[in-house]
Amino acid sequence: MMLVTAIVKPFALDEVRAGLDRLDVSGLTVSEVNGFGRQRGHTEVYRGADYQVDFIPKVRLEVVVEEPVVEKVIEAVVAASRTGKIGDGKVWVTPVETVVRVRTGERGADAL
Amino acid sequence: MGGIDTGDTAYVLGCAALVMLMTPGLAFFYGGMVRARSVLNMMMMSLVSLGVIGLIWVLFGFSLVFGDSHAGLIGGFEFAGLRQVDVVVGGVPLQAFAMFQLMFAVITGALLSGAIADRARFWPWTLFVAAWTVVVYLPLAHWIFSIDGAVSEHGGWLANTLGALDFAGGTAVEINSGASALALALVLGKRPGWPHEPMRPHNLPAVLMGAGLLWFGWFGFNAGSALTAGAVASNAFVTTMTASAAAVLSWLVLEHRLDGRPTSLGGASAAVAGLVGITPACGYVDTFGALLIGLVAGLVCQLAIRLKYRLGYDDSLDVVAIHGVGGVTGLALLGLVSTHAVNPAGRDGLFYGGGFGLLGVQAVAIGVAAAWAFGLSALLAWIIRRTIGFRVPEHVEAGGIDESEHAESAYEYSPLHTTGRGSGLLSRHTEPAEEHR
Repeated sequence: MMLVTAIVKPFALDEVRAGLDRLDVSGLTVSEVNGFGRQRGHTEVYRGADYQVDFIPKVRLEVVVEEPVVEKVIEAVVAASRTGKIGDGKVWVTPVETVVRVRTGERGADAL
Repeated sequence: MGGIDTGDTAYVLGCAALVMLMTPGLAFFYGGMVRARSVLNMMMMSLVSLGVIGLIWVLFGFSLVFGDSHAGLIGGFEFAGLRQVDVVVGGVPLQAFAMFQLMFAVITGALLSGAIADRARFWPWTLFVAAWTVVVYLPLAHWIFSIDGAVSEHGGWLANTLGALDFAGGTAVEINSGASALALALVLGKRPGWPHEPMRPHNLPAVLMGAGLLWFGWFGFNAGSALTAGAVASNAFVTTMTASAAAVLSWLVLEHRLDGRPTSLGGASAAVAGLVGITPACGYVDTFGALLIGLVAGLVCQLAIRLKYRLGYDDSLDVVAIHGVGGVTGLALLGLVSTHAVNPAGRDGLFYGGGFGLLGVQAVAIGVAAAWAFGLSALLAWIIRRTIGFRVPEHVEAGGIDESEHAESAYEYSPLHTTGRGSGLLSRHTEPAEEHR
């Protein structure tokens, strides 16, 4: 099993979700995060005083899937969230040792 | 005393209520400008001004301002308690006029709080604003608002002996609040991290709503100061709208040139700056005078905001720049564009053939109001600082003054914030008895 984590622009969330729905993905965790990559922050000016906003709001998606689906998930996320401009985000994949469904105690792929 | 004019009485009562709305409006204007962790404290400083200044005014404040003058310096106690139901001044019951004037005292005190955002303890602030009302506001208001023969036979010296023109409060309200705010900011000192750390406004829509309420109420403040529903009031309404409109445009254009964008905070500030500028002048100038005052106020007040960064005083919400500098702008320009044609009680300024006389008088009024307000406010604030203390400790400020001073937070940021069982009275009383569980 693999954990696919993606950091994308907030407005891309709906399309990413729609893209993942078409695959064999049974669940998804979403959180609001802040950070910076190459996009850095931006400047805001209040009554002449300017502030550098270092951290930009993004959405983090986490989805655990079986290995054969990983490439499709990555493609779906990238396709749905790419605008070609700086700040589109990142996707990375990490191996997952096991998963437990809390309700039944099932383990591994059965728990997905 | 003559009979009651019901039209004028209705007008003054309505305007008094309009001006009252300015203080809650100011609370939103200021509250939106501070960080989320101190918005309640900011708004509470306005709320308690309504409480404490309202009481002072009813008990003896009105009397000291509008009672018969002692040497032009302070009124007497003949109206203390405001129980004079049958006294009529200029066709309006004294009580109606007193309530209109009460709202002026309240908003002026509340204005000062903008200079000390995030850091003033609540009760010392309350004590300060009470003492300030008695020591600073009442005499100054007497000097400029108490016209000979209007309420009492003898009025204050700035208006009557000197002959300064101030229609709705450029001295007693605007310069007074600006100079007092500067004193407060200097005595309390700057916030840790200012000006390097970002202290961004946390809710700009609240600022805009506050500016809207201020603008709305200001028509009562300015046009209401005519105290009779007629031509002078209508002209004051026109000039108030003209100046604030002009200030919005001049501010936004300059801001775009200087900072690259016209901002919502700039627009909200601009409206207030224009209203401040026209306040002393609204009943004495025509549309073109108002246009000039508004345009200049929008530029000068904006540039004045930058002063605090140069000089290093933490006037958190720019009371000095907008009310102090805006008030000076309006009073001084009035010396140029005042015209007898719109108000028989007015005088002609320099541009209308009146010479430099009025300009000189206005300069004296500006200097007197600023020096009086600054000196005594600094003294009062210093006494409070040295005795009971004025500021919260630094760690409290960092953690948020709302929590430490009021045990409240303005917003529920996440559901986790309110988990856990209450241990207060409510939960104790509603807990089911053991045998019913």
